[in-house]
Amino acid sequence: MPEEQYHRLQQRDTSEVKELWDLLDEVKDPEIPALSIWDLGILRDIERQGEHIIVTITPTYSGCPAMDTITEDVKAALNAKGYESIEVKMQLSPAWSSEWMSLEGRRKLRNYGVAPPEDAADSEDGLTPDAHTLCPHCGSRDTRLISEFGSTACKALFQCQACKETFDYFKKI
Amino acid sequence: MSDTIKDATLEYAVRLGDDANVLGHRISEWVSRGPFLEEDIAYANVALDYIGRARMFYGYAAELANDGRTEDDFAYMRDDRQYQNLLLMELPREDFAYSQVRQLFIDIYYGLMLPELVKSKDDTLAAIAAKAIKETRYHLRRSRDWVLRLGDGTEESHRRTQRAVDSLWGYTHEMFEMDDTEQRLADSGIGVDITKLRDEWHRQVSAILAEATLNLPEDGWAVRGGRIGYHTENLGHLLTEMQFVHRSYPGCQW
Ligand SMILES: [Zn+2]
Repeated sequence: MPEEQYHRLQQRDTSEVKELWDLLDEVKDPEIPALSIWDLGILRDIERQGEHIIVTITPTYSGCPAMDTITEDVKAALNAKGYESIEVKMQLSPAWSSEWMSLEGRRKLRNYGVAPPEDAADSEDGLTPDAHTLCPHCGSRDTRLISEFGSTACKALFQCQACKETFDYFKKI
Repeated sequence: MSDTIKDATLEYAVRLGDDANVLGHRISEWVSRGPFLEEDIAYANVALDYIGRARMFYGYAAELANDGRTEDDFAYMRDDRQYQNLLLMELPREDFAYSQVRQLFIDIYYGLMLPELVKSKDDTLAAIAAKAIKETRYHLRRSRDWVLRLGDGTEESHRRTQRAVDSLWGYTHEMFEMDDTEQRLADSGIGVDITKLRDEWHRQVSAILAEATLNLPEDGWAVRGGRIGYHTENLGHLLTEMQFVHRSYPGCQW
């Protein structure tokens, strides 16, 4: 398991408010509803100060339009369970990394039809390779990059030569 | 933080926010006008990255100002003379080659500037830069690919790309100039000494233009003034469109 993910799991397991981490598993990313904000690594911390709950989140990309929706969804999920005083903080540093995505999240992503970062072939510059990303539909590596930027900034668009389907690839960042 | 440094940092955050906001808005104009769908989407993504940066810089400016203003006040309630973006950012969209050449010049600029800003003693500026660096690597790969493809492409694409290089060149000098405010911040380890990055920028741009069979223009002319609020005609038109809804319906929410 990558070090970053290990630390995230440790943080969750040793948290004094474990039940809140579990509760927030129901908050999904509006762009990829198969994944929770925990799976994606957007959820950074949860603290309780008396009756006051502080949730810290971080954006995937600077212009991620989903952050406002996620903030609202976090508050709604906690409100529904009777928590009244909630603060959602946005933290920029350290900058979000695709390394933070949980193993479970990577599986869910593949099932959803999006290739996770590790399904790409290695490229010289560490950015998206031109070809050979594993097709999440049929498992072929006979694929090619169609566009560097997919339906959102965190994805690139590929086409599979074997099953002819196009698919999103979740970029390394 | 001393008051002088705080004021200078506020101004610096606004300038960096203005650069990102104006460029982000300008390139968002490509949405629905790209040469094909994937490019349309790519431009929308790059525009969003810049608008996101603008929000972070303006948000920080609002925090430093601490006078009730929000990020929206910086974006929507200032006129062209108060905007301090580089002129390069506000130049019109023109054709695809023109937009990509501008993007290349800017991507290389940020590719050098952001790694310096990450070292800033100001934690917020450093954090914004750290986030933006990763995005700029993707932007640069795209603009570089396009300039190579268009420059070393057909006779027409080559002609248009060379025209873009020639007409944008005079606006690139302003990127590497600093006034007293920026000098003070650079001396205090908060801002970037941008003058030191010029040679490396020139080297990288020259290499790509050469590979794209394009000529490097002579340094014959230079336009400046953006940082002190003297803009080209284009900015007023851009702001009119950007600010219209916010000013016509104050406080409107949906
Ligand atoms: Zn396939």
